Amino acid sequence: MSFLTNLINGLSLGSVYAIIALGYTMVYGIAKMLNFAHGDVIMIGGYVCFVSVMSLGLGAIPSILLAIILCTLLGILVERLAYKPLRQAPSLAVLITAIGVSYFLQNAALLIWGSAGKVFPSLLDGIPSLQLFDGQLTVSGKALVNIVVCLITMTVLTLFTGKTRVGKAMRAVSEDKGAAQLMGINVDATISLTFAIGSGLAAVAGVLLCSTYPMLMPTTGSMPGIKAFTAAVFGGIGSIPGALLGGLLLGVLEIFCNAYISQELSNAIVFGVLIIVLLVRPTGLLGKPIREKV
Amino acid sequence: MADKMKKLNFKKFLKGNALTYLMVIVAYVILFVMQTLGLLSNSLSGFLVPICAYVVMAVSLNLTVGIMGELSLGHAGFMSVGAYTGAVCSALLADLIPFAPLRLAIAMVGGGILAGLVSLIVVVPVLRLRGDYLAIVTLAFGEIIRNIMQVIYIGKDANGVHFAMSEGALNMAEGGKMIVRGPMGVVGIQKISTLTMGFILVMITLVVVLNLIRSRQGRAIMAMRDNRIAAESVGISIAKYKIMAFVTSAVLAGAAGALYAMNFSSILSKKFDFNTSILVLVFVVLGGMGNIRGSIIAAAALTILPELLREYADYRMLVYAIVLIVVMLVTNNPKIKPMATKFWEEKIAPKLPKKKAKEGVVNGK
Repeated sequence: MSFLTNLINGLSLGSVYAIIALGYTMVYGIAKMLNFAHGDVIMIGGYVCFVSVMSLGLGAIPSILLAIILCTLLGILVERLAYKPLRQAPSLAVLITAIGVSYFLQNAALLIWGSAGKVFPSLLDGIPSLQLFDGQLTVSGKALVNIVVCLITMTVLTLFTGKTRVGKAMRAVSEDKGAAQLMGINVDATISLTFAIGSGLAAVAGVLLCSTYPMLMPTTGSMPGIKAFTAAVFGGIGSIPGALLGGLLLGVLEIFCNAYISQELSNAIVFGVLIIVLLVRPTGLLGKPIREKV
Repeated sequence: MADKMKKLNFKKFLKGNALTYLMVIVAYVILFVMQTLGLLSNSLSGFLVPICAYVVMAVSLNLTVGIMGELSLGHAGFMSVGAYTGAVCSALLADLIPFAPLRLAIAMVGGGILAGLVSLIVVVPVLRLRGDYLAIVTLAFGEIIRNIMQVIYIGKDANGVHFAMSEGALNMAEGGKMIVRGPMGVVGIQKISTLTMGFILVMITLVVVLNLIRSRQGRAIMAMRDNRIAAESVGISIAKYKIMAFVTSAVLAGAAGALYAMNFSSILSKKFDFNTSILVLVFVVLGGMGNIRGSIIAAAALTILPELLREYADYRMLVYAIVLIVVMLVTNNPKIKPMATKFWEEKIAPKLPKKKAKEGVVNGK
């Protein structure tokens, strides 16, 4: 049974990674940039939720909505101010700018909320846990919420990019910006929308992450951010099912390493597996192989 | 005849790089004199060795990122290998070699060699992957190295050197001395790094990197960066030159790590995390990719900048972030860049003494 418990914990953690990875993968697919500030948007989402529950006294659902709205606005703002002026710039310049934004958000959070860790309020405790096999296996409410939210997000996003006009515009922009513009698609608006969706998802991930590991610090978002980024690459960056697969696998792998091999070495093992996968399949699990033209 | 040959080689050696060498030497002389006369504040003189180490890091990363054209996000990993190896070497040799500069030199060589060996493992994916995927793999390697560092325990007692993966397994005899204590890092380091040794390492790095760039091998590496397929088609062995550039870069980073570690009494593996790799990458990009002189200036300026902003204590990292973003926007945006250049040429350049103005334009290009 401990195997199943670990598996469920892994899936729960993996679901959070998958939601974060989605933000990375969508932005990468369309803007072709690694948004290093994504992890810090998660942290901001966590703090906004914390403040609105503890200081403003709002309930769980309004707080989560507030976090999503503010993070979405933050995402759009950052894109407008920092990334949009660099649309034609070399990708490394954009990467460094993203790192600058990440530093900025972390230090702004440090100034506003201080470096001491805050204990995140338990928003999801009201959700009953699930008893399976005559009570031998307990699935906690938090794990259930993580997995369900992740599955819903994936389904909605897949339908959104596949069926709606705006979603199709997104795919067109990610294929070929110039051609999309010639077809009358507003490229700038589409990219902004992608950032908005990605940041909104980051807020959701922030709330879920902080509910599972209830300690909130200005650096809370960076390690999950890096791991989710590797999850996105693992699954094949730019692919939505890839983000789901990569996130879940990474989460399960991490929890299994913690449980069965070594807690101290779990990061090393997770990253080691990532390297091996990339060596065997250089574009990730579900990524399309890139043909090179001479 | 022989004399003429020597002269020619020396000219070739300096060609186009004289200014870079001169800049480093002048900076060293000024700093050294100021330090000797006690003109530097305590906190500033504590920054001298880290500046040298970061300059070496930036120049060596520039070899990978600027010259070879592959993004590496794990450079701090090699630095940490060098730092640990160097500190352990120095601790083990403390009784054998009392002369500190020689011990430091051996520690730096040891750090460089081990970092080079580790980079031979990392080079396997470097040969197979490119672009963002390579970046993520180097990031992963950096984290793996840091993670492994956290479970290493090394101690020395009358029976010799002990090595283990946990404190209990070390089996130290009475009176033994711990050198590496897992998550606590390397402890009890003798602070033997000096500005002069840092300067020597910077000069060695410059000689190695600048001459590599100007050599046949360097041209092959740059050809590979500009067009891999074309380079391959004229018979350049991609694998050979990638290994050459990558390992050279790692060896230098290892030596820099040893220098850096010996400036502090203890060093944590946490110091060499992803953020440090990014910091060095920022030096390289701000200094101009492929521009060695730029890397030196950026590394020195940005290492000292948070210190200069100390009066704004709480806000300094925020200001640092804003400076970073604004510089990237100004130098890369097609609309803002001409404005900034125009402003420079019309408002600022005429007010400067003539020679300086000319230099500014040359650098601007």
